[in-house]
Amino acid sequence: MSTLRALAERRQLRRRLLLTSPAMLCLLLFLVLPLGIMFLVSVLVPGDYGGVKWGQYSLEAYLNFLYERDLDDALVFNTDYLQIFQRSFWLSVLTTVGCLLIGFPTALYLALQSERKRNLLLFLVTVPFWTNLLVRVYAWILLLRNGGLVDSGLGIFGLSDGALGLLYTDVAVVIGLLYTFLPFMVLPIYTSLEKLDWRLVEAAFDLGANRFQALKRIIVPLAMPGIVAGAILVFIPSLGNYIIPELLGGGKSLMIGNLIQLQFGASHNWPLGAALSFALLGFVLLAMLLYSLRFKQAAGGGHP
Amino acid sequence: MNTQNPLWRFTGVRPTAWLFFAFLYVPILVLVVLSFNGGQSATIWESFSLKWYSVVANDPEIVRAAKNSLIVATFATLIATSLATLAALGMRGRAFRGQTLMSGVLGLPLLVPEIVTAVATLMFFAFIGLKLSLFTILIAHVVFCIPFAYLPIRARLEGMDPRLAEAAADLYASPWKAFWKVTFPLLMPGILSGAMLAFIISMDDFVITYFVAGAGATTLPVYIFSSIRMGISPKINAISSIILVISIAFVALSYYVGQRKR
Repeated sequence: MSTLRALAERRQLRRRLLLTSPAMLCLLLFLVLPLGIMFLVSVLVPGDYGGVKWGQYSLEAYLNFLYERDLDDALVFNTDYLQIFQRSFWLSVLTTVGCLLIGFPTALYLALQSERKRNLLLFLVTVPFWTNLLVRVYAWILLLRNGGLVDSGLGIFGLSDGALGLLYTDVAVVIGLLYTFLPFMVLPIYTSLEKLDWRLVEAAFDLGANRFQALKRIIVPLAMPGIVAGAILVFIPSLGNYIIPELLGGGKSLMIGNLIQLQFGASHNWPLGAALSFALLGFVLLAMLLYSLRFKQAAGGGHP
Repeated sequence: MNTQNPLWRFTGVRPTAWLFFAFLYVPILVLVVLSFNGGQSATIWESFSLKWYSVVANDPEIVRAAKNSLIVATFATLIATSLATLAALGMRGRAFRGQTLMSGVLGLPLLVPEIVTAVATLMFFAFIGLKLSLFTILIAHVVFCIPFAYLPIRARLEGMDPRLAEAAADLYASPWKAFWKVTFPLLMPGILSGAMLAFIISMDDFVITYFVAGAGATTLPVYIFSSIRMGISPKINAISSIILVISIAFVALSYYVGQRKR
């Protein structure tokens, strides 16, 4: 009897694996394998006109992050790429902080609305996510360029003479990133706040807390998982973003994503591009790992 | 919950929320308004006109790019949704060894930064010597559409009462019949929303497509990007507005349908 059941169970497991296999194979072949190849390319010597020289291994690409070869083949410290890493990092931090400052009150506002109104507002938060990013970034070009609406709008108040020169600066890039990723901050925070037991807040008021104290000691700590999730969802895609610095930074405000793209275009240095991508990927995986260790367990089992 | 409690009105919360929605929607509005501008400038209003819409409709390059986008999105949606449905059915039930790893792989396209996926896929095609074309775009799109199709289907399956299929079995339905008569119809809303997500994501993708598109295989976002690089124009305003309005209508429709079903 027990062997029969074991047999049936094995057969069922095989059927389930069979069902999963087409999607698995597709992802292994066209995503995991390419990522492996990318790692391999990152430790190869670049070809003269793009591509790589197979069989010639080198860690040069990773050294290139910080050093470059001068004419005598000696390694010289070079801060060009380091500056781009730094800029990417700070612009992403700025974006995350900005998203938090606007996103938290917005999420709080949403959580305190009646259900009908809340659903409509939530829908409005998610709509931009489903519209083309390129098109929305283009809209910002129209707004930010010299003589565009931001210029003329400020001009009415006498704050600008029509040529702020906002487009193609770091400011434009941060505005674009904020605009793109704000919903990613609002939604997870809203999810935490929605689950929050508001009786705890009432209890805080009953015990004589003022609004600020209730916010600081009850609401924010309980919304923390949402805040951290939002911060990750904003920070990581900002860091590797390509479109926004390309269009709003105009080649002057490069970020890691643009640096990677350049290695496959004008610079013809595939190993460096692969090494940069690999480093970016490693950073992302590390952040996700830390997040899941810190928060998924604390939230309690049952919801993997 | 009594949402009218005056104690819960935190200072500055409402204005910030209003600012948020203005920030989100003003650029879109400005773009759509400017697309009806009759003048030659993309930003200075002259007169109302539908001129640029007819320019867009009569541009063979745009029409071809739109066709390419539709072809890729349709096939990517069909393939990705089928794979995702099978995978979701396979992942249902008692946990087995390696299942966590497999869910990780299924979600991987969401985790890997777009630019990294783009670069890795490009090098892979170069490595196996596959010429870049609409076909390579399709492969790349299937990959990143899988998790978007998978997640709603899986969620739907998880919320499903397993006793319904059991009841079908009690009533002498064969497993095959029970699946098609009970499980599949119940799963349909999940499959539909998964397919819709996949379609939108595929239509909108720029970064990955840009890297794996060969010469002549231009999709709509790639076309728009190269036009923007050449300078802004009222023509881009018009084509952008068309794309915006179509996707907003699409999402609004799905929202409306979802509200009614409840």
